[in-house]
Amino acid sequence: MISILGWISLCIGVGFTLLGCLGLVRFPDLYNRMQAATKCVTLGTCGVMLGIFLLTGFTALGVKALLCALFVLITVPVSSHALARGALVFGVKLWKNTVKDEFTDDRGGESIIEEK
Amino acid sequence: MTILIVLLSFGAFFCLYRALQGPSIPDRAIAVDIMSVIFTSITALMALRYRLAYLIDLAIALAIISFVGTLALAKYLEGRSLDD
Repeated sequence: MISILGWISLCIGVGFTLLGCLGLVRFPDLYNRMQAATKCVTLGTCGVMLGIFLLTGFTALGVKALLCALFVLITVPVSSHALARGALVFGVKLWKNTVKDEFTDDRGGESIIEEK
Repeated sequence: MTILIVLLSFGAFFCLYRALQGPSIPDRAIAVDIMSVIFTSITALMALRYRLAYLIDLAIALAIISFVGTLALAKYLEGRSLDD
């Protein structure tokens, strides 16, 4: 029973990772791509690690996989957020159909992206 | 198990396409970051497939190194020095 749950978790994780990579290819904008890829790949990696833990139980492999899942869950959103801010300061333009840009609104409608 | 590893490799190929094609530097940076996270889960699956328990240590080390590298790249893009 636990083995079946582990296989289901592995398959869910791999499926989410594939969908995230498809989003990385298909979305129109850097920020859209970053959002799709980061969220899906984080959940996918956590699913894979949880599946490994369920398949092996409390062995060294399983506990280290759980530790790796915790680490990925903390660090990937942090690094993606830093990279998004860096890209905005670097001057990557938003998509032309973007509805809401709160970073620019908080600065009084003055974009920090220089017009070239 | 092997087919899951092959599917994850297809995902890594998608990221490689974006890293080669991407119009700006942050595109390539996020593609390489996502690719290293995928390599983390591929390494963990190989540890389970071939019953080699030390490969999971390699996965943890890969996650740490990609985190530090992406933070350094983000600071470089923001125009600050590394000890700021």
